Amino acid sequence: MKAWIAFWNILRKDMATYYLKPPNLSWGIIFPLAWTAMFFIKSGSGLESITTVLPGVMAVSVLFGTTSMLAVTVTFEKRGRSFDRLLLAPIPLELLMLAKTGGAILFGIANAFVPVLMAAFLVDLSGVAWATLVPAVVLIAISSTFLGLMIAVSVSEVFEAQTFSNFFRFPMVFLCGLFFPIEKLPSLFRPVSYALPLTYGADLLQGSIRAAGCLPAWLDFLALGAFCLGLFLVSLRRIRTKWIV
Amino acid sequence: MTESGPFAIEVRGLAKRFGDVRAVDGVDFAVRRGELFGFLGPNGAGKTTTINMLTGLARPDAGTIRIAGLDCSKNPKAAQHLMGIVPDESNLYPELTGLQNLAFCGALYGMAKPDRERRARELLETFGLSQATHRRFAGYSKGMKRKLTIAAGLIHGPPLLFLDEPTTGIDVASARQIRQLIRDLNRSGTTIFLTTHYIEEAERLCDRIAFIVEGKIVRIDTVEELMRRTDGRHVVQFAVSNGAGQACEAMVAEFPNLHCQAIADGQIRVESSEPVCVGPLVRLLEDRGAEVSEARKLRPSLEDVFVEITGIEAGAMKQEKEGGRKGGGV
Repeated sequence: MKAWIAFWNILRKDMATYYLKPPNLSWGIIFPLAWTAMFFIKSGSGLESITTVLPGVMAVSVLFGTTSMLAVTVTFEKRGRSFDRLLLAPIPLELLMLAKTGGAILFGIANAFVPVLMAAFLVDLSGVAWATLVPAVVLIAISSTFLGLMIAVSVSEVFEAQTFSNFFRFPMVFLCGLFFPIEKLPSLFRPVSYALPLTYGADLLQGSIRAAGCLPAWLDFLALGAFCLGLFLVSLRRIRTKWIV
Repeated sequence: MTESGPFAIEVRGLAKRFGDVRAVDGVDFAVRRGELFGFLGPNGAGKTTTINMLTGLARPDAGTIRIAGLDCSKNPKAAQHLMGIVPDESNLYPELTGLQNLAFCGALYGMAKPDRERRARELLETFGLSQATHRRFAGYSKGMKRKLTIAAGLIHGPPLLFLDEPTTGIDVASARQIRQLIRDLNRSGTTIFLTTHYIEEAERLCDRIAFIVEGKIVRIDTVEELMRRTDGRHVVQFAVSNGAGQACEAMVAEFPNLHCQAIADGQIRVESSEPVCVGPLVRLLEDRGAEVSEARKLRPSLEDVFVEITGIEAGAMKQEKEGGRKGGGV
């Protein structure tokens, strides 16, 4: 119970201090808007093409929203030593890191639904398989957040976290089947695609919005779940070996 | 604190290495319940590494740590419940107010909302910060930040408090207030583990002191016992306007039984095992062209003991630590 009081208050503080601040709120709205507009204009087709670009825009919004925030909530606090206060508190490390990442996960989920909300005014979304889409968005947000966490605990400076994040983010935009089908990628890149968590998330989104998934949904969920667990455990290990030396 | 013996902290054979450097090298000590224990040493002596291991922010390579009888390697989180930790930097959240910061720290220890808010207001009152209850931490002065950081360490009413350099870099008035608060806390039963580079501060506050140099404890004793080393020593300090160095050399030549040393800012320090007659020394200094503006008899201090035991100039240690920062001081 006591640990959960700590968990809730860490999450609440991060939400109030970081995620619900006007700059981040505007980022959460403007960024998906810009992506949607960009791909919609680029496609050059009518409104019906919105559902084609929607899975990619949702995934990119989650990916950028979550990974950017971790650099602040973790790397910045570690740099300012306020993170040490959390490490010294009598809370299990697993719960502490779930609290620190919880805000980013919620922020990522909210980011994903901004383009969905916009699309709902323009096209008919009655064919969307929401029962698949919602858990898919949650798992994409979790895996992207834990990827951001792994990056954040591997560096010392905020700018390093941002740079290192881009090293993962931009290739993922092109390699995960968000806007270009994986089967059309050069054969050399295809194994790399399947080593990235967002590939499975994008496939679930394609399947739930356009019924155009390539892999069975259960396999996508399984792979995403495995990435979430793996990335979280690697991050915890990094914290234990690097920050509690 | 659990009733598991007389010691709040027991450390045996504690060691930590960073690459080839032995940061802490087989340290043993015990701190009694209710004691105000000082931990002194120059930069890089192993103080912070020791504190980090005691509080759970670093893992020892060897040795055991017991906090109130709890083995820290087996029950680190249970031990952390018993500790308040005040780091050497005021590391609270700049965007939160004083009250929010304290309440948040209370929540980290699982305190329910009414309890933590009541306790936070009590502490703000105790630390003279009531007027800044709703002001953001970023807008606090250095002294206020330090006080709030100490208050944050006390939010859950820990029986053991680690205080790392509590008065470094703050103004004299705030430093005095903080020292008084430390005394009051200790009188109310809190065990305090204090590191400071202000040796005079440790002398005034601590019951016992450990000197650590190059990762090893070179001496642990009560302040009274440490000061006994200076019994029968007489010290006079002269302030001269010019030529302190030359005048000092002349003094050594004329009075070989005196230990003379030119120290900073035109000060000459004279030590002897016999009472020092000031008149002949003043005449000698003035004959050599040095104008004497002051001659003061000094009580030998813990600083002298520190220098004697460690071979390190306390002034150099202070300067090194402060890195040119103003304030603090005793």
